[in-house]
Amino acid sequence: MSQPTTTSAPPRPAAGGAATASAAGTAAPSYDLERVRADFPLLAQTIHGRPLIYLDNAASSQKPRAVLEAIAGCYRDYYANVGRGVHRLAQQATTARERARETVRAFVGAASAEEIVFVSGTTEAINLVAHSYGRGRHSGLAAGDEVLVTAMEHHSNLVPWQLLCEDRGASLRVVPIDRRGELDLAALRRLLSPRTRIVAVAHVSNVLGTINPVAEIADLVHRRGAVLVVDGAQAAPHLTVDVAMLGCDFYAFSGHKVYGPSGIGALYGRAELLAAMPPWQGGGGMIEQVRFEGTTYAPPPQRFEAGTPNIEGAIGLAAALDYLTTLGLNAVAVWEGRLLQRAAERLGAIPGVQLVGSARERAGLLSFLVDGVHPHDVGTVLDGLGIAVRAGHHCAQPLMERFGVPATARASLALYNTVEEMDALARGIEKVREVFA
Amino acid sequence: MAELSDLYQDVILEHSKRPRNYRTLEAANRKAEGFNPLCGDHFTVYLEIGDGQIRDISFQGSGCAISKASASMMTQALKGKSTEEAEELFQKFHHVVTGKNGTESHDDLGKLEAFAGVSEYPVRVKCATLAWHALRAALQGEQHAVSTE
Repeated sequence: MSQPTTTSAPPRPAAGGAATASAAGTAAPSYDLERVRADFPLLAQTIHGRPLIYLDNAASSQKPRAVLEAIAGCYRDYYANVGRGVHRLAQQATTARERARETVRAFVGAASAEEIVFVSGTTEAINLVAHSYGRGRHSGLAAGDEVLVTAMEHHSNLVPWQLLCEDRGASLRVVPIDRRGELDLAALRRLLSPRTRIVAVAHVSNVLGTINPVAEIADLVHRRGAVLVVDGAQAAPHLTVDVAMLGCDFYAFSGHKVYGPSGIGALYGRAELLAAMPPWQGGGGMIEQVRFEGTTYAPPPQRFEAGTPNIEGAIGLAAALDYLTTLGLNAVAVWEGRLLQRAAERLGAIPGVQLVGSARERAGLLSFLVDGVHPHDVGTVLDGLGIAVRAGHHCAQPLMERFGVPATARASLALYNTVEEMDALARGIEKVREVFA
Repeated sequence: MAELSDLYQDVILEHSKRPRNYRTLEAANRKAEGFNPLCGDHFTVYLEIGDGQIRDISFQGSGCAISKASASMMTQALKGKSTEEAEELFQKFHHVVTGKNGTESHDDLGKLEAFAGVSEYPVRVKCATLAWHALRAALQGEQHAVSTE
């Protein structure tokens, strides 16, 4: 007997009220979409003669004018190297960068700005933890220790741990996910052992959109005496992040996905952990006393920030976070939840379209397959219609294997996307099916 | 902008749906894999070479319409050709998909000319040349997988 074709259930919005389909055509009164879109100059362009529909936000999102102006203002008005000058401009630039650190602190709910390390992005943040915490005199891994990752991790939250495990003779173990794309918490409980030292998990999956229950995971991890490292790259643009409530030990995110510049990101680390960690890169700015006989190091966060940093990046990131918090992450989550629901309904109704991942709690994106059409060809046809999506393995090859596909197409949302764009995406996919019929 | 139909020509769509010589080759004495780490496309090209001639050629693997059609049409174009001719065709094909031919005619490419539209899509050049790079590796007797990156 043949089984009926299964389509994924539409996801629930990440937070706030779900909109009904009939109300999805109009913006919530509290959310001034037109004004939001006007804040992003890049959006007002045409691609191949059609209005740009930008749905590759999980890769990089576009920047509001406030960010562009913050970066330009830094270079135009008060640019100098930070932390090492007595002159006026050096002081201004240093103050602005430290103010940005305070903005990041508030954004993630850290207790102290000293718990915020500026990095180039999530990848560098995780490598920092793997190098420094993972190889520290007190915290470092020994042979036989274990690191747990999940089956849905981006390569950046997998490969640094593989490198660490190889280096220390430790083992990497993988927490499986179920068919919906939810983490198997029972398996996590079983895999946690007295040998588990580090657990690394994405807050939100970059392929499935799954929101992982970080607070619950943190509780399990801490009961075993391990530390929890959270890759927040896909969560920071969509969810309110509060490291105190999440209870994680490290939290990493990137500027360029959260409407800020590329080349900047932040690592939150619990103060007592950072304090005990050795430097991972040497250079200017991270020292206390340098002598040929031996060097002592600055306290965190400077200990982990060797060399001239990305000054304008930190300032641009703070402008982006200010923009996001002024708009309100709750309002953003409600709006994006409506878009996601609309897109899931429209795509789910197209014959031959399969949504990959149907976790009950999701945010930000939809991965999908069009029967008989390679995701790259889906991407190229949509591009011809002015629609930018991502096609490929999304730096998550083990996850692609888990779902038995070489690649997926992914439409990922931002606070400036519209309901009409979701409908255009659906029409675009219908066009894909026509071309390859 | 180039029209989509310039890229997805009928002959390309047709070959992507019904690839020719899509099988392993029992008598193969050369084979090589081509791999695109950016998209996960992956092909194996099998060759049976004797007296400097490609007596038989086949391929297997997975990829997009462009890469699959290119592999399929490559096998058709090369069967019976000498290894020198194969190398020559590799060069010509590469020029066509990268748009280096200018206004020069590519009559001698035959059906492969359909891939000229790829030159308007720089990110897809690697799709079109994946199987060809595997072919070249196989001709040169390289054992390891070739990567387009």
